[in-house]
Amino acid sequence: MYVNQYLILAAALFSIGVYGVLARRHAVLVLMSVELMLNAVNINLVAFSSAIQDVSGQVFALFVITIAAAEVGVGLAIVLLIYRNMASPNLDRVHEMKG
Amino acid sequence: MGPQNVAFGIIAAAMVLAALRVVTTRNVVHAALYLVVVLAGVAGIYVLLAAEFVAWAQVLVYIGAILVLLLFGIMLTRAPLRPSTELDNDQRWAAAVVALGVLGLFVGLLVDAFGDEQFEPETATSAGDVGEWIFSVFVIPFEVVSMLLLAALIGAVVIARRDD
Repeated sequence: MYVNQYLILAAALFSIGVYGVLARRHAVLVLMSVELMLNAVNINLVAFSSAIQDVSGQVFALFVITIAAAEVGVGLAIVLLIYRNMASPNLDRVHEMKG
Repeated sequence: MGPQNVAFGIIAAAMVLAALRVVTTRNVVHAALYLVVVLAGVAGIYVLLAAEFVAWAQVLVYIGAILVLLLFGIMLTRAPLRPSTELDNDQRWAAAVVALGVLGLFVGLLVDAFGDEQFEPETATSAGDVGEWIFSVFVIPFEVVSMLLLAALIGAVVIARRDD
């Protein structure tokens, strides 16, 4: 198997995630796009781990999965707070800090 | 072309299509369900790479926990359950240009760096191997990550709590 087939798949997933983060307005959908990007990174880590026959890449992927769980927990709490204060989950309504 | 490459092609095509639907669909709940396809595809990719334990962790943590959290988020923000045109902002074209630029940059760099380098996935790494690494070489990062998870848990409760 080519190393690049995994890396390019991950690059495609990452760019789709970038598009989602930039183009989505609903906060939960932005969080989903962030998950796409984190998964792309994990594919890279596990692919390199398999290619150079070293387990540490898999351990890093597990750490990233843990961080993603923490990120979604805190992120959803923030989204709920935004919804409660703005009565809308749309991120372009959050412009209080704009001069 | 071996059976592994056929499996890779099918999984990769399904993942990319589902990921595109996640960022373009007009229905919030459908986006979450397409995300399940992507996450399951990632688990399949891990199996192809002989990373058995990471694949199980992916299924349990992502599909089992994170997705349920996201669905709770959809429910609690009273997202419209029917198709809505309000989900995207008006910079879709700029976002598409940026995303295509990122993709082009990555693919160019990767083709330049790895070309047609090949590898054969080793025999499956067992959960025991991964555990040995976590609890010997990576034991301090492991403890740090568990503290981080605890802090995130308490932080989420503090942020989302109603002060009355």
